[in-house]
Amino acid sequence: MSANIFNFEFRSRLRSVLIWSLALTGIIFFCFSIFQTFAAQAALMNELLAKFPPALLEAFGMNKIDMSTVLGFYAFVFTFIQLCLAIQAGNYGFGLVSIEENEMTADFLLSKPVSRTQLLTSKLLAALSSLAVTELVVWVVSFAVITIFRDSYEYQSGTLVLLLVSMLFLQLFFMSVGLVISLLVKRVRSITPYSLGLSFGAYVLAAFSGVFGEVKLEYITPFKHLDPAAIVQNAAYNTPLLILNIAITVVALASSYWIYLRRDIPVVS
Amino acid sequence: MSIIEVNQLTKYYGKSRGIVDVSFNIEQGEIFGFIGPNGAGKSTTIRLLLSLIHPSSGSARVFGKDVTTQGPEIRSDIGYLPSEIFYYEGMKVNDLLKYSASFYKKDCSERSRELSEIMELDLNRRISDLSLGNKKKVGIVQGLQHSPSLLFLDEPTSGLDPLMQRKFFDLVRAENTRGVTVFFSSHILGEVQRLCTRVAIIREGKIVEVSDIRSLQKNNYKKISLTGSQLNVDEFGLPGATNIRAENGTLNFFFRGDINTVLEKISALKITDLTIEEPTLEEIFMHYYE
Repeated sequence: MSANIFNFEFRSRLRSVLIWSLALTGIIFFCFSIFQTFAAQAALMNELLAKFPPALLEAFGMNKIDMSTVLGFYAFVFTFIQLCLAIQAGNYGFGLVSIEENEMTADFLLSKPVSRTQLLTSKLLAALSSLAVTELVVWVVSFAVITIFRDSYEYQSGTLVLLLVSMLFLQLFFMSVGLVISLLVKRVRSITPYSLGLSFGAYVLAAFSGVFGEVKLEYITPFKHLDPAAIVQNAAYNTPLLILNIAITVVALASSYWIYLRRDIPVVS
Repeated sequence: MSIIEVNQLTKYYGKSRGIVDVSFNIEQGEIFGFIGPNGAGKSTTIRLLLSLIHPSSGSARVFGKDVTTQGPEIRSDIGYLPSEIFYYEGMKVNDLLKYSASFYKKDCSERSRELSEIMELDLNRRISDLSLGNKKKVGIVQGLQHSPSLLFLDEPTSGLDPLMQRKFFDLVRAENTRGVTVFFSSHILGEVQRLCTRVAIIREGKIVEVSDIRSLQKNNYKKISLTGSQLNVDEFGLPGATNIRAENGTLNFFFRGDINTVLEKISALKITDLTIEEPTLEEIFMHYYE
């Protein structure tokens, strides 16, 4: 780990972190501000929901949750938070080395007296810190918003903590998988299509879980591993799925190191 | 001990050729010219020595250390000026230089200021606002400010105006007298001849010749063209003249040998115009190795 690379990388993402944090704050605030109205008319809402096709409800994870409870409603909001966090983490993962190689600054960095392991570690830790800052904002805003809008409704803060901690696993997953894909494909010219594709792909896979019948494709998506509705329902993680999530992350990270250490840095073209 | 030892170094990018079986040594304190047309493998060689890319086979040692396993140690004493310079666009020149300096365990601020003054570099501008020549200057300061003992210059003069080129050459010479070894890659024969003590010529990924700059000059072809009304191709039997062509009263040929013999010959002729010039590198490659 070299401090100068870490500082440089962390600072270069400050603006991005700020924008994501503001966007997430907005989403959480506005979505959760309607909770009281929602909870007050829960009976009506449940009646309405019953008329929806079950497949659609399942797609949005609304069949398992009771939206008239604090955490039930928060879990619904959290689905969107997860999607945003996944895109952010995917952006950082895909861009970690590919931006450098696209803008031809990789030559500059790699001709310095640092090993590639040091370089990648510093970059990963810097990106992780940026993600952690964003998550911290979500923590603070979530607690604040629930405190403000929950009225007299009770909730289990332990389960909320479980949800919030799950952000770390989710973002680590998307960052690592994004990184390894960016190293496997020949060249990432623009990171946004990749990270949007990965995030929405994983989201859709989780949403339509069960559609594929016997093929359990949904087990590779973190939106399933860390399904907020299930976490709230059981007040616990699904341990095997969580382990699977961590395993995929570790494999992606290890392969990234392996590939990056052997990589030929592409020339200006 | 040789500063750089390259031993049968080979690099293929998939199936396409990078360099094949390249071997040469560079001694301490040399300015070593590395010359060849675009795509010959100059940058590939430098990138291999900096371990930006990994060799397909063969080996190379810099400061006696293996480039594939001891890269970071080697690079702590190297300055690298890439042929095309891209830096973090949003940064200011000064910040970039400081970031670059932060990788070395020494204080570079004094030398950085000195170099920026010599190269007339404005430290407060943004990199994205710089012209090609000014970016090159940033590259020069960036590559020299930590006083490395080995310099890799990859086509360093492109984009620099002649005045700056001269300042830069003076700078390289000054570094060299302090004992700095210089690896100077270029496709311009003239500048290599001005600066270097020894030169390797690379063509299509292979070293065709490593020689002393003096013996190269002795062997070097001149491109001569004469204009006159009574010139005759058949009569122009001069040993050392090749590729004689006549068109519209102009006689073109390449000459290799003692330049006095050709001057004597010409002085006996009645001509209206005469040019003697350096052949372009392409022409050298076409005729030198026939």
